Parts: sequence; structure tokens; C-alpha cells
Amino acid sequence: MPTLPTLPRFTLLAALALALAACAAKPPVALEKPPETARPQAPVADPAPIPVTETAAPAAPALVPGSQADLRDKAGSDTVLFAYDSYELSAEARAVLARHAQWLQQNPGVRVTLEGHCDERGTREYNLALGDRRANSAKNFLASQGVDVARLSTISYGKERPAVDGSDEAAWAQNRRAVTLVTSR
Amino acid sequence: MRLIPFMLALGLPAAVLAQAPLRVDINAGLMQPMPIAVPAFAPGNGGNTEAGTTTALGQRAAQVIAADLKSSGLFRPIDPAAYTSAVGLDEVVKPEFPAWRTIAAQALVTGTITANADGGITLACYAYDVFAGSEIARQGFVTTAAGWRRAAHKCADLVYARLTGESGYFDSRIVYVSETGPRTKRIKRLAIMDQDGAGHRFLTSGQNLVLTPRFAPEQQTITYMSFENNRPRVWLYTLGSGRQEAVGQFAAMTFAPRFSPDGQTLVFSMSVGGNADIYRFTLATRQTTRLTTGAGIDTAPSYSPDGSQIVFESDRGGSQQIYVMNADGSNQHRISFGDGRSASPVWSPRGDYIAFTRIGGGRFGIGVMRPDGGGERLLTNGYQDESPTWSPNGRVILFARSDRAGRSGLWSVDVSGLNERRLATPLDASDPAWSPLLP
Repeated sequence: MPTLPTLPRFTLLAALALALAACAAKPPVALEKPPETARPQAPVADPAPIPVTETAAPAAPALVPGSQADLRDKAGSDTVLFAYDSYELSAEARAVLARHAQWLQQNPGVRVTLEGHCDERGTREYNLALGDRRANSAKNFLASQGVDVARLSTISYGKERPAVDGSDEAAWAQNRRAVTLVTSR
Repeated sequence: MRLIPFMLALGLPAAVLAQAPLRVDINAGLMQPMPIAVPAFAPGNGGNTEAGTTTALGQRAAQVIAADLKSSGLFRPIDPAAYTSAVGLDEVVKPEFPAWRTIAAQALVTGTITANADGGITLACYAYDVFAGSEIARQGFVTTAAGWRRAAHKCADLVYARLTGESGYFDSRIVYVSETGPRTKRIKRLAIMDQDGAGHRFLTSGQNLVLTPRFAPEQQTITYMSFENNRPRVWLYTLGSGRQEAVGQFAAMTFAPRFSPDGQTLVFSMSVGGNADIYRFTLATRQTTRLTTGAGIDTAPSYSPDGSQIVFESDRGGSQQIYVMNADGSNQHRISFGDGRSASPVWSPRGDYIAFTRIGGGRFGIGVMRPDGGGERLLTNGYQDESPTWSPNGRVILFARSDRAGRSGLWSVDVSGLNERRLATPLDASDPAWSPLLP
């Protein structure tokens, strides 16, 4: 087993987590980007087309508590969106994730994986890393809301698993996302 | 496969090099590829092999050689329909130069294929300067019957090397990611083929998402990234056995692997808590050493051919740019200062250039720069051109090109920026990696 002596480990204090989430010990990248509000195309402006994952149950009766469909129903969505080349959580994303945290508190047996995804407009390796940043932004926010990190894992798919098949602003906006995926309950 | 080159011993007069030798100027405009004739290789005997008769193999070998030379953009094989006569055994070593002059061939490749008693073949390869009427190269190759294509590629490499002064690259292979299906559910498989697209086969089933395969220098091992068990990690694939093995036991995602030139070490990125850094992994001892520590995404490492340095990309300065460091991680410094973002650098096997992906204006292109960052030139411009890889001689760059409809394929371009051409694959394709020359 190789030893990795100096890996940074996040110890998340709730109050600090938001500030740390996007950029633990790495200010330059985050700070050089324009503030969220100054961005010309805020992908969260239109709440309608938030994608649902494929396991979407037919809009129908009894939701199984702790299921993916239950999360989507209670939180409004299982997905938060990001600006281009950014892993900062918008106000809207934080609101959605706060509901995810609440739902996780109500379903203490559930474990989730935070999936990070990118649009196609980045190189393959970079997007794997960017997707990991997005997944960790979401994870750290949930932890800041009091969710035990032992219940949270992350995975990055880079640009390999877009939600929408397309090459325009609308598709890219939907593909820059983090998905809270129920893995066990 | 055994492939034994040997010098053909024939008592030719050693006289003919009085005038300036025939030469392709590889750095000139390449506007006038050299006309070359490659008639069917003569059967050395009437033998039959498991790959076909010597007559049939002689025709196919000539076609492979002509296609290799043509693909370089430096040669223009003359249509065999223009040839005034077939080349019999006698003419292989004593060509009718006046006849080849009448069709304006500047160079001529002849040869023989002989069936051997053990079931293998011998391919003999000769190259001539038609106007001087002199021999410029000859070599023989003993191989299995199934190895006839490799022997033909070796012959093309010999001709290319003798006429350009550069080593050849035709006897080499390409590993890449074969793609099919809609973008939202893309199926990706590792696949391998000869440099000219022949001998294509899939290495993985498509069950797991796989990315970025790269050859070990000995070419029997490929390092790549797999999402097996939803744990995106660096893996090794052994070509002979098909064995697949995860590299190390890391808790976090490892990706963007490459071998060191001596094959003893891997470099790759590991992303811990959203921070991607570059690590060196020694295969024999399984020792891991962290090479970058700063904030930001450090990824896509690639060794210099002498193993002393590593080029990589980092967004530590605010956007993706290219950096060089010593192999121990010291002396990290930025070398790219062009417009837009610069990514996925790959050091040429000659050491003279670094190929990279340029992102700007909503498009991706392939460029080259010197290791000091100077002399930057953009060679291609597409919707998404990325993932450059070098031919074994550092003259040609292969890359992946995707369009807005999500279709993708492999393309090559000469380091001069000319001769952009598509390399056919059975399905869509990405993430190519070119092998070194086969032994």
C-alpha cells in the first residue's frame, strides 16, 4: 500500500464550510473569477428544465421514503447547476442542497454519492478534475449543514456523462452539474 | 511476432553516388511530394503461405508500402496503371531505369517475397534513385506469414528514412478509445490497430467507461483510466494476456496516466477533496511520490524523452496553462503565454516540441511549442480538436476531433501544419496514443 503522507484532509466546521467548500486552501482560481452575480448567463435563471436522472419514477403514487424519487419530490430536484468552468455554488444551488441536507437528516439511513459533471467545452483530463471540484463543493456544503461525511461520497464523470445531448448554451448549462444520488438506504 | 531484419548481400558496384543524393526536404513546403513507383513485389518462389501466395502477398505488400508513403504527404505513389511493365525477379535488383523515367518516377521501390520452409516469409526491399540510376537502400526481413504487413511497413520505413533523413514511423500501432452510442450514454472501449488502421481489435468490452490509454515503451502494457466499480482509477492492461489490474490502492480518483520513458514509473493525477495534483508511482516498489502540491488543477503530465523533465497543465495561475518541472517536482515554471487556454501537453519523442490543445474563441485546436515555450504554432482548428499524440519520429501528430453533433474521429497532421487527414476507424474514436516503433 503506497503511503501518501501529505494529502490535505478537510475537517469541515459547519460555519466555515461554505467559504472553504469551493476553495479549501486554494484562493487564486476561485477569486479570479467574476462574482456569481456578474455572470452574463446565469444557468439557474430558468428553473424549469432541471434534468432528472434516468431512474425517474413515473409521476405517480407512493414514493418510497429515502429513494431517489423521494429526494427529487421533497427537494424539488436532485441536481444543482454551475456556471462555465466554475465550481462555486450559486444561491439557488445552495438552496437546493440545503433541502438535500434536510432530507438526509430526515432519512438517516441514506447514503449518497455526489456526482460532478462538466459540459463538453474543456479538455478531458481537466474536466475530470473540474467535475471532482463540483462534487466536492456539493459534498462540503452538505457537510456544512450537519450531514455526516461518512454518508457522503463523490465521483467525477468529467464530460463523459452529459445530461443532455447537445452542443448549445442550453445543453451546456444543464450538463454543468452536481447530482445527489442515493446509493443505499 | 519475430521479425528479423538483415542486410541483403549482393555484389553491386559501389560507384554511383557521384551526384547529389535524392532527398525529400521534410521541412520545405511539401507542396511537391516526390513521385515514387512501388510495383508489386516479385514472388521469390512459387510458394504458398497461410497468408496467401507469394504473388498475392507481393501485390499487397506494394500496396501497403505505397499507402504508407502517401500518408506521410511527402511522396506521391504513381498509379500502377501507368507502369509500363511488371517487375520480374531480374528487374528487382536491376531495374529498367529508362522505363521508370518515362513515367517521371523519381524513386522506385522493388522487392521480393519468398515463402520459407518453416512457413514464414522473407521480404526483400530495395530502393532506387531513378534519375541517377543508383541503389539507395536495401534490406531483408524474415518473419511469419502473418507478419508480412509488418515487413512491408519496415520496408516503407527504410525508404522514408533513406529519403528524408528522419527515422520512419510506419511499423507502429495506435491504441485509442472507440466510441458509440448517444453522448448521454456513450459506450467506450479500448481498441488497438496498426498505424494504418489494419489489424483493428477491441481490448475491452464497453461495460466500463475507459479513457486515455497510453503505451508503455515496451508496448506490451497500456496504462489507462477505468470507471470499473464506479471507482475511477488508473489501470494497466497487458496486451498478451488481456490482464487488467488497478494501479495502487488509492482512496481518491487517479487519472491522466503516462509511462516514463524507461517504463519503470507512471505519472498521473490524483484528485483529493477536489484538488488534483501530480504523483509519480514506481511500479516495482509501488512507492508514490507527490510532485505538485499547490492549489489548482495539476494534470496531464508527460515526460521529456530523456526522462529528466515533465510537462503538465495547471490552472494555478487562473486558467489552464502549460508548465514544465524537473522529474522530481522541482523548478516548476510556466511556459505557455499564448491566447486562450493551453492544455494536454505531450512531449515529442525527439524532444524538440511540445504538442498541446489550445482552447479559445469557442474552439479547440492542436498546436506545438518548443520546451521553452517559444515558437508556438497552431496546426489545426476544429470544434473540438484535442488529445494530441506524436508519431514515433516526432514528425506527425495524431489527435481526436469531435463535431457539434457529437461525432468523433482520429485525424493526423504533419508538424509543419500540412497534410491534415482522417484515419478511418470502425466507430467513433478519441484519446489516441501512438506507440514507439515496433522492435
